[in-house]
Amino acid sequence: MSDHAHPLDLNTDLVEALLVRFLRAEAGKFGFERVVLGLSGGIDSAVSAALAARAFGPANVLGVMMPYTTSSSASEADARTVAAALGIRLDKVEIGAMADGYLATTPDTDRLRRGNVMARCRMIVLYDRSVVERALVLGTSNKTELLLGYSTQFGDAACALNPLGDLYKHQVVQLARHLGLPRVVIDKPPTADLFEGQTDEGELGFSYAQADAILFALVDERRTLDEVVGLGHARPLVERIVARMAANQYKRQPPLVAKLGERTVTHDFRYLRDWGR
Amino acid sequence: MTRIVLAQIEPALGDLRRNLALHEAEVAAARASDAQLVVFPELSLTGYFLKDLVAEVALATGEGPLARLAELSRDITIAAGFAERARDGRVYNTLGLFEDGRMVGAHRKVHLVTYGMFDEARDFAPGERFRAIDSKLGRFGVLLCEDMWHLDGMWLHFLAGVDAILASSASPARGAAAGEPIPRSQRVWTTIQDAAAVLTQSHVVYCNRVGCEDGIVFGGGSRVVGPDGLELARLDGLEAGRLSCELDASLVRRVRTITPLRRDEKPQLVLRDLRALEDAEEA
Repeated sequence: MSDHAHPLDLNTDLVEALLVRFLRAEAGKFGFERVVLGLSGGIDSAVSAALAARAFGPANVLGVMMPYTTSSSASEADARTVAAALGIRLDKVEIGAMADGYLATTPDTDRLRRGNVMARCRMIVLYDRSVVERALVLGTSNKTELLLGYSTQFGDAACALNPLGDLYKHQVVQLARHLGLPRVVIDKPPTADLFEGQTDEGELGFSYAQADAILFALVDERRTLDEVVGLGHARPLVERIVARMAANQYKRQPPLVAKLGERTVTHDFRYLRDWGR
Repeated sequence: MTRIVLAQIEPALGDLRRNLALHEAEVAAARASDAQLVVFPELSLTGYFLKDLVAEVALATGEGPLARLAELSRDITIAAGFAERARDGRVYNTLGLFEDGRMVGAHRKVHLVTYGMFDEARDFAPGERFRAIDSKLGRFGVLLCEDMWHLDGMWLHFLAGVDAILASSASPARGAAAGEPIPRSQRVWTTIQDAAAVLTQSHVVYCNRVGCEDGIVFGGGSRVVGPDGLELARLDGLEAGRLSCELDASLVRRVRTITPLRRDEKPQLVLRDLRALEDAEEA
């Protein structure tokens, strides 16, 4: 398929300009010129890092590798390749002792709980590093993940700025090519790398290509469920994706506040984060 | 010839003092370039996504920053945007025209944009008329952002024989599909500006803002189109900038002589049809 044949293809020059503008403006308003992000060796964090390197200069971007004891060594090698290609600073913090310290106190954890603990350990590391670095934590969740809720609340989803949040996975891949990222991170199957052999698509039970097409039709084009089925997608899959979106809306929202007074935080105390900036 | 400058600025959200300083600097630069008119974007004194800040930054006629703009306008005409608090407490999204030390006219945005990311009708009262403003530089019709997306305002300004439409906006950049050289939103804007210029046979002076508010990047793309629909000047990119241009009254006259659209317009027909439509709806 040629680059211009896909309906989700972007003008990558324009997207880069908009996202670089976004990063500089929103960090600058709060007096920040540096960012820190988790560098997993995957495509999303690589694209976030590349955009940050363009926005702030490579020396002002710190990528942190945070392997758990079971993390694949190939992921680390890929993260190193990305950091070297971009010229950003790189650090490594093993989260094994940190995560196991807690996990040892609760013997019967399943895979999901263990994955969430790891994701939240990484969040703690990044937010702590951000203080030392006087940097903002940069997010790496793309639109497909955000809509599907395929992330850990207060874990990998936690960040100050997220340049990828309005890009579907297909568009992240397209942007990765445009930004000249190493082929190895573009071509490998996406994985959260929380356990051996894990892939996103294996865990989700459908492909990113399917999810992107269905989500784009529903969310961006505002087609009805029946119309999306009419485009040729299997009804059970469309229904599953709609249910996932709704079930995970809580992850995309601040916590609910019980309303009592006239003006209540999150309800009708209506100010942007950029208030006064 | 009227020498104008479009100040494509990046206002701070809810910071009147900083924004007034920005206006002062732009006016000084425009004056230094011998401009006679400087045009600012929509809500240039306040920033755009104000929400509850509207009540805190709204200004009554002649209040602080507006008095200062009036003072600055002694030797240059200034069109600037602000939240206007009327005597009855309603707050409007207004563009004021300041000249010779006073505000000589203002337009209250009629078509408040209230869909998608926008919520203006929650925060502002709608303006109720489109009236041309007579300035020593000519007759101007002001349209604020969404006002340009409806035919009524530009049509009424056309009937009033304005020399130029001052279209100020705070339009975010949206849509970056492959094959779109500029954001889709900006492309549609240029289509509207071109059409407005051709159909009203007047200059269209489009001043948009830049910068970012909570992740929403404003698209810039300030631009001037002549009464013949040809582009006279434009700013590319997403950064702050100044765009200088000359408005040619002779060109306006010649375009209208060659193609006398106003002579052939039939406002009375429209009036009759609107009345008939209203009667039919009531019946």
